[in-house]
Amino acid sequence: MLESLSGPWPWYVAGPLIGLVVPFLLLLGGKVFGISSNLRHMCAAAPTPESWKPAFLNYEWKRAGIWNLTFVLGIFLGGFLAVQLIGMPDAGSHISEATRADLQALGVQEFSGLLPADLFSWGSLLSPVGLVLIVGGGFLVGFGARYAGGCTSGHAISGIADLQLPSLVAVIGFFAGGLLVTFGLLPLLLG
Amino acid sequence: MNPMPTGDHVMKHQSTRSPAEAGSATGRAPSAGTTPAEPQSSPLALLGYLLIGTYLGVIFVQSEVVSWFRIQEMFRFQSFHMYGIIGSAVVVAALSVQVIKRLGMESATGEPLQLNPKEWGDSRVPGARYWIGGTLFGVGWALLGACPGPIFALLGSGITVMAAALLSALAGTWAYSVLRPHLPH
Repeated sequence: MLESLSGPWPWYVAGPLIGLVVPFLLLLGGKVFGISSNLRHMCAAAPTPESWKPAFLNYEWKRAGIWNLTFVLGIFLGGFLAVQLIGMPDAGSHISEATRADLQALGVQEFSGLLPADLFSWGSLLSPVGLVLIVGGGFLVGFGARYAGGCTSGHAISGIADLQLPSLVAVIGFFAGGLLVTFGLLPLLLG
Repeated sequence: MNPMPTGDHVMKHQSTRSPAEAGSATGRAPSAGTTPAEPQSSPLALLGYLLIGTYLGVIFVQSEVVSWFRIQEMFRFQSFHMYGIIGSAVVVAALSVQVIKRLGMESATGEPLQLNPKEWGDSRVPGARYWIGGTLFGVGWALLGACPGPIFALLGSGITVMAAALLSALAGTWAYSVLRPHLPH
C-alpha cells in the first residue's frame, strides 16, 4: 500500500514510531512515557496561594515535571507542524463506512477534518451536548487519568509494555468506560 | 544531568535539595501519590524532550489517533486502525525495554533506566484506583475523543475549542487532588 505523506499514516508505520518514544525517553534521561502527569504539573504550577492547593499539588513541579512539560510543548508544536507542513487530515472521510453510518444515524452531519464540527466548536459549548462532550469529557479525562495513575500513554503503552498487571486492569477500565459511552450514553445524548 | 548547571539552575538545584531526593537514588519508584523527586534536566536534554514531543505530535495528527472519529471507530470495533497502532506501539516499546534492560544500558544523562512499578494500593478492594479511575477515564476518552496527549496535539493543529477541554481536564485533575484522601486506592 502506497500512502502519500498526507494520507492517513497506516497503523504499521504510526504504531511502531509511537512505540519508539518509550526507549527515546528512557535513553535520553531515564524518563517514563506518561503524558497525563502534565495535568498535575500544570495544576501544581497554577499561580494560586499555597493554601488553596491540596497536598497532592504541593510539590516541586518544576523539578519533577519540567522535562514532561517541555515534551508536551513539543506535542503541541508537532500538531501545528503536521497541519502546516502536511495538511489537516480528513479523518471523517477516512473512517469505515460502518462507523460513518452509525454516526449519521446518531445525527452527526459533519464528516470532515479530525472532529465533527457540529459537535466540537466554541458555539457548541453553549449546548448541553457540547458541554457534556467537551467539558464533561475533559473533566473525566483529567480526573480519571490521575485517579488511575496514568492515561493511554502511561498505562496502555508504558505499563503494558513492562507487563504490569495494574496497567492491564486500567486499560480494561478504559474500554469499559468507552463502551459504556459509545453504546449507552451517546445514543441518549445525540439521539 | 548537567554536571555544570548555570545561573538559575544552580540556585534551584541547591535550594530545593531535600531528604526526599534520597529516595530516587535507592531506585524506589515514586508512585503517583508521593512527591516525584528527580534531578533537574539540562537545557540540552530539554531540547531533546521537545524534539521527541514534536515527532510524536506529528505522528498523532497524521495517523489520526487524535480524531474523535477514529476513537468512535475503535470503540465500535469497526476498524483495526487504532488497535494496530496501540498494539504495535506496545510491542515495539516492550522489545525496546527488554533490549535496554538486558544490555544494562544507561541514559545519556546518567539517570537509572527503569519503569516505575505500579502499586496495587491499600484499598480493601484490590486495585480499586485502576478499575474505577480507568473506567472514569474511558468515559471521558470516548466523550471527548481525545486523551491527554491528543488534547495538546489538537490544540496545536488549530482546534482552539480544545482549550476548553484542557481547562476542564485541569479542573478534573484538581478535583481529584482535593478528593484524593477520600477515594479508595
